[in-house]
Amino acid sequence: MSLTVDVRASVGDPLSPSGAFHLDARFEVAGGLTVVAGPSGAGKTRLLRLLAGLDRPSDGRIALDGEPFCDLASGVHLPAHERRIGMVFQQPFLLPHRSIRSNVALAVRTGTRADRRDEAMELLEQVGGVDLAHRRPGQLSGGQQQRVALARALAGHPRLLLLDEPFSALDVPVRDRLRRIVRDLVSTAGLPTLFVTHDPDELLVLADRVLLAEHGRFMTVTDPDGAIAAMRAPGPQDRPAR
Amino acid sequence: MDLFPLLLSLRVAALATLITTVIGVSGAYVLARLDFPGRGLLEAVASLPIVLPPTVLGYYLLVVLGRTSPIGRAWEAVTGGPLVFTWQAAVIAAAVASLPYTLRAATAAIAAVDTAYEEAARVCGLHGARLAITVTLPLAARGIVAGISLAFARALGDFGTTIMVAGNIPGRTQTMPIAVYDRVQAFDYATAGLLAAVLAAVAIIVLLGVRWLERSTT
Repeated sequence: MSLTVDVRASVGDPLSPSGAFHLDARFEVAGGLTVVAGPSGAGKTRLLRLLAGLDRPSDGRIALDGEPFCDLASGVHLPAHERRIGMVFQQPFLLPHRSIRSNVALAVRTGTRADRRDEAMELLEQVGGVDLAHRRPGQLSGGQQQRVALARALAGHPRLLLLDEPFSALDVPVRDRLRRIVRDLVSTAGLPTLFVTHDPDELLVLADRVLLAEHGRFMTVTDPDGAIAAMRAPGPQDRPAR
Repeated sequence: MDLFPLLLSLRVAALATLITTVIGVSGAYVLARLDFPGRGLLEAVASLPIVLPPTVLGYYLLVVLGRTSPIGRAWEAVTGGPLVFTWQAAVIAAAVASLPYTLRAATAAIAAVDTAYEEAARVCGLHGARLAITVTLPLAARGIVAGISLAFARALGDFGTTIMVAGNIPGRTQTMPIAVYDRVQAFDYATAGLLAAVLAAVAIIVLLGVRWLERSTT
């Protein structure tokens, strides 16, 4: 499993001196868990959005095991719903009008209604949320909701898992438990995973390798301590991530 | 008492509401979620029935639906009779007059839905109509239902537009608001008062329902 990224993107940014934020990502990562670390505004969320197909790069190529889902030179740009990528955002964004089981089942892409429900229950079991199945998102704590969001991200049998600071809003004990769940899922499924975080502890616990983001550029780092030092240094663009 | 105007009004308003719900909600989705040239103009044109005097709106509908118009001729070829001065024409009049209420409320409600829910669903494999039906519309449901209720009340109460294209034919096109007018002309205040009370009661119920919907969103 390897993810090859070679993309450029520019977005209007009133806070930047040049009026635009430029992202230039060139890297290749193998399977396992890659932590994407770096100061706020370095382009981590932007990168994940490009990978998921939620934003369109201005040029470049993204491929998983040589199979491109974005290759603008040859006119390939798969929409988000065709990429088979699992993504967990900073907020869970579960549908409030549906049960937890239904939220997960919506993301299961094949099978009959009953199959999808069964699969949703299996996924909920994997994240330790089976007892939540018949509740509504509004009745769950933040940690429980992110657990469900994780189950939902896995429902489409993704080829790549993207996690954008999924646990940053949670209490420390909840965070620890969820990190362990992610760690186990990634190692059992062998799913290539990009995990964005601000948190040095999270980096140390989770990272197989680190992708360090700075001013819209990314480099792979093998030494976690170096990465942590870089994370702690406030960048000139330091501000809340969007 | 003759129940015909009440039953006709309910039928006309129900069918008109069905039409405005389909056109209004799908139109609102397009206006709220797609960006295309002429969007502002389309939004303004769609709101015209609110500002045009009902008789003026009715006059233009009469031109568009009349026996010599393409629509009128096509209708006559299929059904054998003219479209104007039928209860079906009353449905069209009520639908055109009430469409902006659904359209405007639904556009505002859909535009207010956080696109992050839609993005999360798109990554999960949902798109197109399925995305709209499972994610966007339910999240905008209260605003949409409020708009549909207002459109129903407007369709039920339409007078000017309806009388222009459907006339005032007792037992055929005489809806409740027209019957109120008709009864007053005949000095039958007792029946006029009763019909007016029914219309007023429906209007108040709809208004209370919409207020309740709007309050429970916040």
